[in-house]
Amino acid sequence: MSARVGVLMFPGSLDDRDLGRSFGLLGADVRMVWHKDTRLPELDGIAAPGGFSYGDYLRAGAMARFSPVMRAVLDFAASGRPVLGVCNGFQILCEAGLLPGALVRNRDLKFVCQDVRIVVEDPGQLRAELPPGRDLVLPVKHGEGAYMPDPDHKPRVAFRYVGTNPNGSTDDIAGVANEAGNVVGLMPHPEYAVDPLLGSTDGAPLLRSFMAACLAARTRR
Amino acid sequence: MKLRVLVSLKPGVLDAQGRAIEHALRDLGYAQVNGVRTGKLVVVDLDTDDPAKARALAAELCEKLLANPVIEQYEVLP
Repeated sequence: MSARVGVLMFPGSLDDRDLGRSFGLLGADVRMVWHKDTRLPELDGIAAPGGFSYGDYLRAGAMARFSPVMRAVLDFAASGRPVLGVCNGFQILCEAGLLPGALVRNRDLKFVCQDVRIVVEDPGQLRAELPPGRDLVLPVKHGEGAYMPDPDHKPRVAFRYVGTNPNGSTDDIAGVANEAGNVVGLMPHPEYAVDPLLGSTDGAPLLRSFMAACLAARTRR
Repeated sequence: MKLRVLVSLKPGVLDAQGRAIEHALRDLGYAQVNGVRTGKLVVVDLDTDDPAKARALAAELCEKLLANPVIEQYEVLP
């Protein structure tokens, strides 16, 4: 049985195919989901990819939140099934209210593109291969990745940067989970770290953990 | 009628652009500059001539999309 993972495609998404490909390499049954779709195919989990949806106009992720598909994504998340946001996908999930807080311009105003080290803290449903304290080396590439928590809502920190904080994120936060633990977002890109050719395979356990959560969600239903 | 809406980062939120501009102004010799904050001016053309209604609608647009209440504040300008 393989996890059925839907990867969202917004106008301006650019990591959608790579995210789908990486899930596929790890054995997932990947379905690409167009932003205008109002009904989802049979899925066990949904992943929102990186990129610049709607040109990042107004704020990163602000417009994508109102895409037709997002209503279905909100219902999907409310059902407790896993939703993952990577980079712009993380920004979209924050704007949509699925994750607390917001992402703002990097401290130094520069687009950062480098490998970073993060440590697992409380990754919600992604716990299968991510015990607290596990280190992962993953690439980041973003201009608006500084996480700002909502002052009224302490986030459940899934991942923190270790050593170098690439963007000035509050408390070195690299990724958060929602209260229920089924929605997780992070700025680093696991999908670009599944093949040794690209320098790290640390993204694989993260994506596999998501797939494990997908299968667990299917069993529960 | 047209209304102007000013959206800016809340006081506690780091405004990296504002800080870069502030440094540039100091580098230009303007030691008098104590701080710079930036924002976005959005002009909305609304289908009403009733100022009260227009302002209420503009505020609603801000709440819904133009501003992110977690990090931003807005002001419907007179």
